[in-house]
Amino acid sequence: MDTSEDILHQASPDLVRGSETARRSKAARLSPSFISWLQAGPMMLVFLAFFLIPLVFVVIVSFWDYNEYQLLPAFSGRGYTDTFEGCIAQLPDLCTIGKTYLMTLKLCFMVWAITLFIGFWVAYFLAFHVKSKTWQMGLSLLCTIPFWTSNVIRMIAWIPLLGRNGLVNSGLMKTGLIDHPLEWLLFSEFSVVLALVHLFTFFMVVPIFNSMVRIDKSLIEAAYDAGATGFQTLVNVIIPLAKPGIVIGSIFVITIVMGDFITIGVMGGQQIAAAGKIIETRVNALQFPAAAANAVILLAITFLIITMMSRIVDIKKEL
Amino acid sequence: MTEGRPRSFYVLAIFFAAYVLFLYGPMIAIYVLSFQGPQGGLTFPMNGVSTFWIAKLFQGTGIVDLGAAFRRSLLLGVIVMIVTVVLSVAAGMAFRRKFKAQSILFYSAIASLIVPSIITSLGISLEFRIIDDLIKAHWNENFETSMGLLTSGLGAHLTWTLPFGLLIMFAIFNRFDPRLEEAARDLGATPWQTFRHVVLPIILPSVIGIGLFGFTLSWDELARSSQAIGAVNTLPLDLQGLTTTVTNPDIYALGTVISAVSFTVITLALGTIHVLNKRQAAKGSDAGKGLV
Repeated sequence: MDTSEDILHQASPDLVRGSETARRSKAARLSPSFISWLQAGPMMLVFLAFFLIPLVFVVIVSFWDYNEYQLLPAFSGRGYTDTFEGCIAQLPDLCTIGKTYLMTLKLCFMVWAITLFIGFWVAYFLAFHVKSKTWQMGLSLLCTIPFWTSNVIRMIAWIPLLGRNGLVNSGLMKTGLIDHPLEWLLFSEFSVVLALVHLFTFFMVVPIFNSMVRIDKSLIEAAYDAGATGFQTLVNVIIPLAKPGIVIGSIFVITIVMGDFITIGVMGGQQIAAAGKIIETRVNALQFPAAAANAVILLAITFLIITMMSRIVDIKKEL
Repeated sequence: MTEGRPRSFYVLAIFFAAYVLFLYGPMIAIYVLSFQGPQGGLTFPMNGVSTFWIAKLFQGTGIVDLGAAFRRSLLLGVIVMIVTVVLSVAAGMAFRRKFKAQSILFYSAIASLIVPSIITSLGISLEFRIIDDLIKAHWNENFETSMGLLTSGLGAHLTWTLPFGLLIMFAIFNRFDPRLEEAARDLGATPWQTFRHVVLPIILPSVIGIGLFGFTLSWDELARSSQAIGAVNTLPLDLQGLTTTVTNPDIYALGTVISAVSFTVITLALGTIHVLNKRQAAKGSDAGKGLV
């Protein structure tokens, strides 16, 4: 003890002076659980004030009444009945809310399938083919940097490419493949899916890459030694071991697309209905209880999807 | 490496390169287009080269009051960054021991990350509206609103940045060797000294990473700000507002200026992390390297 203290004293005099203070104040030291509260408390308070309590208000307000310009704090199911208006009367046709959710789920499924495909192979390349740690870091960073830049800019960036007179149309016209500009390239379902894939594949790459780098390389060698083909190794070894990453990435992508209203608004030319957009429209019309009711419905559906997916893996264990 | 690479390497390398091109190509297109001449339009080919549109933004004669929104976003970004770093490091330290509300905090953070932004944003706006109504009813009839950039806006941004900060802290402490702290304690360091002289220097590069996430996520934040920011707009909200009406390249110029700030911050942060890592490698432990 003394020798080590001497060595330390030469290296850093401050520390040893501190050791005396430490001995002196031992009795007055705070209990560990109190320190934990001090450390974690502030973050907990932020989540309480700006996330948990607001969620409770969303649920409460969804059962309030409203008129043209204000909230009326009296129990009413109007937020919900307005939302589901015509859903029974119009059967067997789908009502507006039904159609909107169908559209949202369709976008969700397309974006999920595409981001999963791209994300899986990008992560696979980074994890198994890039051998040097420096290259692995550099290339992962290359994939991450766009995530730190503005989403709106990354959306409007498609305008000069996909617009009526954009690069794609003028290129295709020059080569003579088409003689009128393609109208469905921009402000369409196509451009919405393209932009969502562009923005959010990152959320698929990171967790899948994380799962893959943890796979013990000797397992893969063992599979090859036992005579498995590349495809068999992929299906029977790599995919099962990367499953937690795949599920976490899927949860991110699906919840983002379910609640998105900005990408769908900007890239859909404000013409495509989606679950998130209904909420925005209701808020803009100052119909807060109706907006809140829609938020509760969206929350319930999102929660259902997450519960179903988290059955497959234990999220907490994977972090 | 000497065996040569399998064919799948080349196929996937091309796939990866295409993905990177897909990520960056469109962004680069608008940066280029924002340097068009005064007659420039929204698409290629470029109509002359000038800094006309960028200059127009800074003269304030353009479509938005860039200066004010710029300062607001910068202020909010810096505050969000500081709060995110401090709260994440503190909470990350707490998670190294067991404590009672551990799983509540963990699941709040995860939920805050994946509950759709529009719902969080709506909730915060309802919360502040109700607070306003209560103040008007009970204390001050002339009260305007408690919503604003540094109240509801700050809170909304933190619900987005703190989960990232916490997850990064988990990643750090997964690889952290607790024996280093034990050694410091055995040598008589107080908990604060252990943190200040042992833990913090080791985790500092990642802490800068948390700051990078905190600032950039706030600087570009849109969905959570949309309902919760109050009367004034941040820069991304102004930019979004322009997407429906604009017909000339000043939207690209604004995009370029916003991205320039992002890239400056990213470069600064990554540069600092690089320097710190180098220094750690140079001055770090020589354990296992034999006697000097």
